[in-house]
Amino acid sequence: MIPYIANTNKEVQEMLKIIGVNSIDDLFVDIKPHQRPKSFNLPEGKSELEVVSHLKQLAAKNATNLIPFIGGGYYDHYIPAAVSALVSRGEFYTAYTPYQPECAQGTLQALYEFQSSICALTSMEVANASLYDGGTALYEAAMMAIRITGRRKIIMDGGVSPIYRKILKSYTINLNIEFHESPVIHGQSDRKSILPLLDKDTAAVILQNPNFFGAIDDHSDIIEKAHELGILAIESVYPISLGLIKTPGEMGADIVTGEGQSLGLPLNFGGPYLGFMATRKEYIRKMPGRIVGETVDMHGRRCFVNTLQAREQHIRREKATSNICTNVSLCALQSVIFMSLLGKEGFKELAQLNLDKTEFAKQTLSKIKGVEVKRSSPTFNEFTIHLPIDASIVVEAMLKKGFAAGFPLGRYYPGMENYMIVAVTEKRTKEEIINYSRELEEVLNNERVMVSTRSS
Amino acid sequence: MGLIFEKSVSGRRGYLNPKSDVGVKGEIASKYKRGKDCPFPEQTELDVVRHYTALSQKNFSVDTNFYPLGSCTMKYNPKFTESVAQIPGFAQLHPLLPQLKNGEELTQGALHVLYEMEQFCCAITGLDAFTMQPLAGAHGELTGVMMMAAYHKAKGNKKKYIIVPDAAHGTNPATAIIAGYEIISIPTTKDGVMDLKILKEKITDEVAGMMLTCPDTHGIFNSDVDKISEMIHAVDGLMYYDGANLNAILGRCRPGDIGFDVMHINTHKTFTTPHGGGGPGAGPVGVNKKLMPYLPISRVIKKANGTFALNYDYPNSIGYIASFYGNFALLLRAYAYLLLLGKEGLIETTNHAVLNANYVRQRLKERYTIAYDRICMHEAVFSANKQAERGVHALDIAKYLIDQGMHPPTVYFPLTVKESIMVEPTETEAKATIDDFIKAMFAADDLSQTNPEIFHDLPKTTPITRPDEVRAARDLNTNFFGKLS
Repeated sequence: MIPYIANTNKEVQEMLKIIGVNSIDDLFVDIKPHQRPKSFNLPEGKSELEVVSHLKQLAAKNATNLIPFIGGGYYDHYIPAAVSALVSRGEFYTAYTPYQPECAQGTLQALYEFQSSICALTSMEVANASLYDGGTALYEAAMMAIRITGRRKIIMDGGVSPIYRKILKSYTINLNIEFHESPVIHGQSDRKSILPLLDKDTAAVILQNPNFFGAIDDHSDIIEKAHELGILAIESVYPISLGLIKTPGEMGADIVTGEGQSLGLPLNFGGPYLGFMATRKEYIRKMPGRIVGETVDMHGRRCFVNTLQAREQHIRREKATSNICTNVSLCALQSVIFMSLLGKEGFKELAQLNLDKTEFAKQTLSKIKGVEVKRSSPTFNEFTIHLPIDASIVVEAMLKKGFAAGFPLGRYYPGMENYMIVAVTEKRTKEEIINYSRELEEVLNNERVMVSTRSS
Repeated sequence: MGLIFEKSVSGRRGYLNPKSDVGVKGEIASKYKRGKDCPFPEQTELDVVRHYTALSQKNFSVDTNFYPLGSCTMKYNPKFTESVAQIPGFAQLHPLLPQLKNGEELTQGALHVLYEMEQFCCAITGLDAFTMQPLAGAHGELTGVMMMAAYHKAKGNKKKYIIVPDAAHGTNPATAIIAGYEIISIPTTKDGVMDLKILKEKITDEVAGMMLTCPDTHGIFNSDVDKISEMIHAVDGLMYYDGANLNAILGRCRPGDIGFDVMHINTHKTFTTPHGGGGPGAGPVGVNKKLMPYLPISRVIKKANGTFALNYDYPNSIGYIASFYGNFALLLRAYAYLLLLGKEGLIETTNHAVLNANYVRQRLKERYTIAYDRICMHEAVFSANKQAERGVHALDIAKYLIDQGMHPPTVYFPLTVKESIMVEPTETEAKATIDDFIKAMFAADDLSQTNPEIFHDLPKTTPITRPDEVRAARDLNTNFFGKLS
């Protein structure tokens, strides 16, 4: 007997009698003998104690003591204890989509507060109640731009995450959508290559700030040019940076998406994460995903409901704006608690702290012989460095010294094998940065010795 | 209750950042800076804790209330699955680590979980391979249909349509359209199953496949399902199994054995990962050999030396459908649940889910019209048509149940049944709880006869009653700060 089934044998017999059958097997008459499983080879059940021990053993096979300088859009930020304490309340996490608003005001109000916080963060007018993750949110934004403009060409800046680019390509391969990418450079968006790609057949230009290489930009000029041609500007953002840097709303962006992992979510080996989307009020009916709105009840009391549901699959079926149903409500809740705890001052300070530590790391690393810190553009908490040898070899050597030293760019950009991106969050201490720098220097020296030995 | 922003008091702090220890100040030029500070609330930690605790108490949840929401499988979420997801070795693992040179060595535990989850899913469904990447059920549907499209493209098939029964979840037709297909909808017969005669007329060489929920959204297992598969396969169409109702057939039937080529599993239904107020979910997708070449990348493989690795070398793959390897922390919960239940536990799960639903069916049909009077699987669909004639609609009955401390069943879905009430008790509920529910449903019926007008301002026990949804859509207010400006 498993501990999650309540009915005793006695109760089962009573129920079968009322139903009017002799056995539980009789309830499966519609599954014909030839339709029964050919096999059902699963292990025997275990106790909770055994399962937990097994999983702890498996967890120990993951490298958990590395000091992370790896980011790529997913960052090691501190999560205040109150975040997980509140999200762990069963009233939140064991509820479902608020189809009955009277007994779901907790979830609904929290999602309204989430939407408001995303609007505040991005300086946009409206936001939805979340999408799966940053990559799929960007795909949804591209599709939304195509719906709004009726055009089928998308221009993507070379600074957009290579992972996001791959996702967009897989989803649109059968859809008669034309993709153009501006060439990759490790600084700001290359105006010379993007602007000529924009024309009156273009639905959207997709930009990212800070971009994958860490560069901060002000895209106002590109967006202005796009608007002249009736093109929508989509900005993919990293939320913590918006404590300090110019917002997509201030730049005139039309649709904003982002990965909200940094807002209080653990790294979790890739998920669940938090996709978010914000836009102008005039486009709200073209936006995918659930949207919570404020209204009043029959006695005039303020309350919250899922609104504009006529866009959604459960009402519109094949005419819906997206097929999305379950999104990531609990992650949205997690992030709004995080943003509320940090507050106005704390959030700005957190961004400044990331910037300070990164500046220190840039200064420290640039003193190493052979390391070139790219300074062609300002950065937030991630930056590109050039190494005298293949970065993947350096990173591998650094792993042995206890550091996840960065992400080598050669994996996604052929020809950039000697480059890597290094992330520095508020969690990295001065000591860790200095140790990192010392070990990196040693690794490079060793490699240099090896290279000269090999060549002599 | 006020919004967190309205409670803000200038000068309060909810969290203290560490002081900078680096002695360097990062500067950015003013042209790159935001104009005004981000207007997040200023609250102490206690303020924030009280606010969200109070909000949580306005929710019904499985932990606090019977929640027989049909089609959603709101079973109990065992607490130990939450605690395993918090183990730092999993929770703090960066997803780019295995993409470093020899980085797979750093994530052997996590890859082991993904690999074994795939084995379990194959054993449960009778399919040959799974991807763990889709981030929800509907995302799994899209992944599955994209693979179907890749299959037809590779074979040079000219396909245009996906067949979807009218009782299907809205995600099915929405998904097929987004993947570039058109829809053929097939009506339901009076026995609650797909009309085979009409199906036969509609099948042409241009049919790419069918999306089918089995048992369907009427809670009925269609015994003709293999006949349907044959008809679709005859035109080289593919059969998509919507796994929403997999909880009804664990150990009793496997989609792969009855002609399905591709399917998704909603881990937040069958494998009890929490619903989270509307996600996150996870929607692993399984395929048979026909579709294996098209699975998304990466795939987890086991090497000859017994270690696990990520393989990206599948030239016919549909490519990347998510950023990484799926909603790992949810797959981990599902894995823990499957390990604990094991083979016998899974069979028991389905047995009790189906027993409970049939008990509801038998008891409730005394007062409510049963949509299809036959043995059901994990859920039973009723119509409140008799009560509606008295002026008491399915929605009114739902609101009455809220006052009795129960989350209402799904109402007005499936669309094929008027005034529908869809009850899915799940296996984790006891007979006594179900008896209380039936008692409440009978009382609602009594009241519909004696005092139908009292329903119209129910519920009375909740913080709010009957929101004005028209006003919500007309005077749109979705952003506190937007309202101010």
